[in-house]
Amino acid sequence: MKTHHALRALHGILQREMLRTLRQRARLFSAMVRPLVWLAIFAAGFRSVLGLSITPPYQTYVLYEVYVVPGLVAMMLLFHAMASSLAMVYDREMGSMRLLLTAPLPRWYLLAARLLASVIVGLPLIYLFLFVARFWDVRPPILGYVAVFPALVLSGLMLGAFGLLVSSISTQMENFAGVMNFVIFPMFFASTALYPIWRLAEAGPVLATIAAWNPFSSAVELIRFALYLRFDVVSMLVVVACLGAFFLAAVVGYDPGRGLWSRRGGEG
Amino acid sequence: MNALSVEELGHSFGNRPVLQGVSFAVAEGRMCVLLGRNGAGKTTLFSLITGLYHARAGSVHVFGQAMEANPSAALAQMGIVFQLPTLDLDLTAGENLRYHAALHGIPADLSKQRSREELSRLGVLDRIDHLTRALSGGQRRRVEIARALMHGPRLLLLDEPTAGLDVPGRRALERHVRELCRERGIAVLWATHFLEEVGADDDIVVLDQGRVRWAGRADRISTELGVESIAEAFASLTGSP
Repeated sequence: MKTHHALRALHGILQREMLRTLRQRARLFSAMVRPLVWLAIFAAGFRSVLGLSITPPYQTYVLYEVYVVPGLVAMMLLFHAMASSLAMVYDREMGSMRLLLTAPLPRWYLLAARLLASVIVGLPLIYLFLFVARFWDVRPPILGYVAVFPALVLSGLMLGAFGLLVSSISTQMENFAGVMNFVIFPMFFASTALYPIWRLAEAGPVLATIAAWNPFSSAVELIRFALYLRFDVVSMLVVVACLGAFFLAAVVGYDPGRGLWSRRGGEG
Repeated sequence: MNALSVEELGHSFGNRPVLQGVSFAVAEGRMCVLLGRNGAGKTTLFSLITGLYHARAGSVHVFGQAMEANPSAALAQMGIVFQLPTLDLDLTAGENLRYHAALHGIPADLSKQRSREELSRLGVLDRIDHLTRALSGGQRRRVEIARALMHGPRLLLLDEPTAGLDVPGRRALERHVRELCRERGIAVLWATHFLEEVGADDDIVVLDQGRVRWAGRADRISTELGVESIAEAFASLTGSP
């Protein structure tokens, strides 16, 4: 694989993702509105009933809005990853995935490029949300916006790789209703996105254990710590390990010899 | 050297064999029509040739490059038009072509120039800035062929390219591809179930139930099988009415 070829392909894939995202305005709008609804309505409602003690990385008592924003950022990454995964299934059903997979580059590279492009395209919206969240007094240190960038990329890649894996085993777009019910919602709610782990432990040790093992919690905590200029090593290791595992499994899923594709028939 | 060599290719979906011992070659600069009824295995064969599936048996070589060992080198020589439309409907015709060019490592300025040239050659340059969603079926097919030619392939694969087109559209598309074959020396593998798309000078491969029933020059098939026409020869080879 030649470097200039690989970079041009990456640029092409990135450009395509950007154009498609910009032209799907409804999706863009809902991606922005969703976390704002959570912040403006859900968080405001919970603020009065959910007291939070000092929880790292916060060094003092914080408003519930402050606690929940990193979780909502991770939620944006999760929904973006699943939307991207849905787009992959759509591309496969519509045929345009064939174009990508018959490009003269290694398949793992094409999938990685698509994954990276999808994450990069989703980041501006997240920064916009973080900016808007300042109006709810969620004001992390200015350097936190820089420090959170690698955490966002890493978490986005991990969730995107998970989405890629889902798309490699999902046979039809209709299955995505199931993905929403059985993947996205449990992943989001059984995590530290909305409540700290000690709160979940109060509700039940099983739920707390699930949340502790949920890789989405690691993504949330990685983002939360980075946003407040702290580094959560364990969360980072979990996110990196899951990224590797999900991506490898997705590459196998898209492998022409082993994946689902080669076991299904076509026309003619 | 053959543009495409397929040797003893076999594939199955689960326990259901779809291709068995398929062998044929497409010579450089020749037009080869792959004839077969629906379900004969043409699309599976295309998927194996283009590396979308791994063959369970046999091999595919493109200008001497083995698809199994060196898929990138083999794919770089191929332009592909799939049976299902593969244009991105949210992009314009020009953007679709430039996306394809980027995947083949073509620099942006050259890609812009080539996209205009290829769309112009196919008679759809005036649609370069139109979303492909807004194009007719025939125009989309032409854009797909223009896209397949962006990286200067020496072998063009077309899987039922005229499916869904009206008769004038089919004839125009066939004429364009024959011109490409003649003027640029591109080898073409054209899969179809329309017998009228076979030219007298073409090579043909008759595929039925996953096996090659006959391969050779179109003008010899009737003589060899002792029948009056290609249609009769096809009927006798495939048992179709």
